[in-house]
Amino acid sequence: MKMPKLNGAEISRRDFLRSGSAVATLTLAPGVTLMAFGGSDAAAGTADAGKRWGLLIDANKCDKDCSACVTACSTENGWKDNGRPETDAQWIRKITLKNTETGRETTMPMMCQHCEEPPCVDVCPTGASFKRVDGIVLVDKHTCIGCRYCMMACPFKARSFVHEPVINQKSDAPRGQGTVESCTLCVHRVDKGGTPACVEACADAGFEAIIFGDLKDPESEISKRLATYSSAALRPDLDLNPGVRYTNL
Amino acid sequence: MTLIVRFVLLWALLIGGATLAQAQERSSLLPNVPKATGEPHPEGNEYWRKNHPDLLRHDRNLTVRDGNREIGASLKSCFECHTTTDDQGTVLTSASPDHFCSACHQYVAVKIDCFVCHRSTPDGVDEYEAQAALLPPTSLNDADVEGIVAYLKQGDPVADPPAISKPAEVGQ
Amino acid sequence: MERTIYREIKATRRVWELAVVLLAFIGGMLASFFYVEHYGHIVTGMTNQIVWGLPHVFAIFLIVAASGALNVASIASVFDQKVYKPMARMSALLAMSLLIGGLAILVLDLGRADRILIAATTYNFSSIFAWNLILYTGFLGIAGAYLFVQMSNGIPYAVVRKVGLLAFVWRLALTTGTGSIFGWLVARPGYDAAIMAPLFIAMSFAFGLAIFILVTVTLCRLSGRVFGEKLIHRMGRLLAVFVAAVLYFTAVRHLTNLYTAEHAGFERFALLDGGIYTTLFWVGQVLIGGLIPLMVIFHPSFGKTFKAPLVASVLVVIGGFAQVYVIVVGGQAYPMELFPGYEFSSSFGDGAVATYSPSLPELALGLGGVAIALFAAGFGTKILRILPTSLSDANVGQD
Repeated sequence: MKMPKLNGAEISRRDFLRSGSAVATLTLAPGVTLMAFGGSDAAAGTADAGKRWGLLIDANKCDKDCSACVTACSTENGWKDNGRPETDAQWIRKITLKNTETGRETTMPMMCQHCEEPPCVDVCPTGASFKRVDGIVLVDKHTCIGCRYCMMACPFKARSFVHEPVINQKSDAPRGQGTVESCTLCVHRVDKGGTPACVEACADAGFEAIIFGDLKDPESEISKRLATYSSAALRPDLDLNPGVRYTNL
Repeated sequence: MTLIVRFVLLWALLIGGATLAQAQERSSLLPNVPKATGEPHPEGNEYWRKNHPDLLRHDRNLTVRDGNREIGASLKSCFECHTTTDDQGTVLTSASPDHFCSACHQYVAVKIDCFVCHRSTPDGVDEYEAQAALLPPTSLNDADVEGIVAYLKQGDPVADPPAISKPAEVGQ
Repeated sequence: MERTIYREIKATRRVWELAVVLLAFIGGMLASFFYVEHYGHIVTGMTNQIVWGLPHVFAIFLIVAASGALNVASIASVFDQKVYKPMARMSALLAMSLLIGGLAILVLDLGRADRILIAATTYNFSSIFAWNLILYTGFLGIAGAYLFVQMSNGIPYAVVRKVGLLAFVWRLALTTGTGSIFGWLVARPGYDAAIMAPLFIAMSFAFGLAIFILVTVTLCRLSGRVFGEKLIHRMGRLLAVFVAAVLYFTAVRHLTNLYTAEHAGFERFALLDGGIYTTLFWVGQVLIGGLIPLMVIFHPSFGKTFKAPLVASVLVVIGGFAQVYVIVVGGQAYPMELFPGYEFSSSFGDGAVATYSPSLPELALGLGGVAIALFAAGFGTKILRILPTSLSDANVGQD
C-alpha cells in the first residue's frame, strides 16, 4: 500500500472517510464520489452560515428557587462545584436582579451571550477564541495558551479559567487545566439537531423560560417571539448584538 | 579517571541487566500494543500508526471550528475499539503505562497533552475509580479504597495533593 | 573633557554575591512556575474574578519601565544631549533586560506555558495582545541593533542617530500598545479610556528613568566608578518632570471619568471607598510615587545631596508599583455594570467588589522577573564594554 506523505496537505479529504461508520460511498467515475451519511441532514453537515443560533430568556418565567438549567449544564458538560466559588468554573449561573427604584426582584440565567461582535474573539492573541459561522462563540482549547485576556474583555464574565487538573470529563465537552472555557451552547447537541441542555431542563422543570432557535429564520419560535414582544440585549451600549436575549427583566 | 571508567562500566551493567530482565519478562523490547476490539482499520494498522497525529489534528479542526461531526479520527471513536483493561477488567486511563496510547507514547518518550482535556476512556467509565485501581496493591481493605475514591472525588489538591491528580504526567 | 572609555565591570566579591542572590530569586521563580504548572492556578491568589494578579503587575511594571529605560539613549542621540551620551549603551542594555524580565513573567504565568510556540506562530491580528508580541520582539531587536551600532567601531554617528530615532519611535509604539491592552477593554469601567496610552507613556518615562538611575549608580558603586554629582541632579530634575507628567495624566483621567455620570461609581471606588485600592492610589501612587519625590528633588537643602535623586528614584519605583497594582487589580476588582439601574448578585461575584490576596508563588514569579532583569543588566556590563570608566561631571561635561 502506498503511504501518503506525512505532510498534512498531502493527506486528502478522502483519506478521512470514516472507517466503520454509517457512510456509504459510491464511485461513479474516477474523481466523482457520492457520499451518503446516516442520520438527519443536521448530523451530516457542518455549521451552517445561514443560521444564527440564539436563546431567548423570559425572566418572568424563571423561577427564583429553581436552578435546573445550571445543574443540567454541569451534568451535560462535566464542570462541577468544588466548593471554591472564586475559582470553580461556572458556564451558567443564576443572577438575582433587584430594581433599586421599585424593589422588584427577578432571577435569570446568565451565560456566554454568543455575541455577533465578541470582544473575547477580538482580543485573543492566538485566535483560539472564535465564532462559528452559525454564531456560536467557542474556545478552541487546542490553541488556547491560558493568557486570560478574553476574560478581561468579556463584559458578562461568561468565561472561566480551569484552575485545577481535571479528569473524568465528558467525551463531548473536553476541558482541562490551564485553558479558558465557557458556555458552548451545547454545540455537540446542536450539531446533531438537538437543543442545549439548559433549555431542555427548563422545559422539563415546567417553566420554559429559555427557548432556543435560529435568529435568522423568521418562522422560528424565537424569531416570532422577538418580533412580537419587547426584549433586551445586555450591555446594549457596547453594540455587541448578542445571540442571547432577555424579556421581562 | 579509572574511577570514572569503573563508574560508567557499573552503570552500563546495571542498565543492561535491567533491560534484559525486562526483556525476558515481556519477551520483546518493543512496546506491548494492547489488542483492539471491533473491525480493523481498512487503511491498515501501519497507516494509522504512522498518520494518527495528522489525522487527529486535521479532524479536530473540522469538528471544533466547522462543527463537522462526521469525521474519521476522533479520540471518542478511538476508544470505541481501543479501550484497555487490566487483568481484573478495570478500564485503564492514560495514567497507566498499559493504556492504549500510553503504551507506545511512554515507550518512545513522546509526551501528549490530549488527556489534559480529553478523557482517556469511553464515556461512562469512572476515571477516578479507574485511577484509584492503578495504585500499587497494598493491604488496604475495600473500605480504605472507598475512602480514597471518595477523597479523590471531593479532591482538595491544595491542602494535600493526591498523587494521581494529573493523568498526563503520572507514571512517566 | 576626556574621551569616554567603556570597560567591563570587574568580578569582585560583591558582584558575585549579588549574582548569587539574583540567581536564587530566579530559582524561586522556576520553582513557582513548576509548582503552579503542576497543581494549576488554584494555588495562586488569582481567581475567575481577578484573572490577572501580582505576576501581571510585576510584568507590566517591568515592560513599561523597559521602554522608559531606553529614554536616556534617546535623549543622547535623538535630542542630542551630550551629557547623556556616555550612558546610552547602558540605557539600551537595561531596556532589553527589563523587557526580558517582564516577558519571562508573562510567559511563565500562562495557563499553558508549554504552548508558547502557538503564541509565537498563530496570530490573531485584531488582538492588541498579538500586536504587542510583535512590538516586544521588535523592541528587543531594535534595542539590540542600537547597542550594536553604538559599540561598533567605524559606524558613523549619523547611523547611530537614525537607529536611535527608530528605537525612540518604536518604544513609543510599544508603550502605546501596552497601555491599549487596558485602554481598549471597553467592558470594564476601570479601563476603557484612550488616555491609558499617554498615561502609560508618562509612566514609562518616570519608572524607566528611576530604575536607570538606581541600577547605573549601583553598578558604578560596585565597580568603584565615579558618578557625577551634577549629572545625578540633572537626572533627578528630569525625573521630577516625568513624575509631574504622570500626576497630570492621572488627574486628567480621573477628572474625565468624574465628569461622565456613567463612570461615577468607579471613581467613587477608586478615589473614595475602594479600601486597599484607594489607599494604594492616594498613599502609594500620589504621595509616595508623586508628591514626596518632587519634594525630595526640589528640597532646598536635602535636594542638594547626592542621595536625594536616589531616594526619589526608590520612591518613584514604589509608587509606580502601587499605581500599576491599582490599574491592573483594582480595575478588575470593581464589578462590571451588567444591568445599569439594578442591584444584582450571583454565585459568581456579580455586582460585588472582588477580593484578591496575592500568594507566595505569585510573588516568587514576579520577583524572579525583576531578578532576571537585574541579572541580565549586570551580566551585560560584566561581559561587554557598556559602562564608562567614569561618569564624573568633568568627564561627561555640561551643555
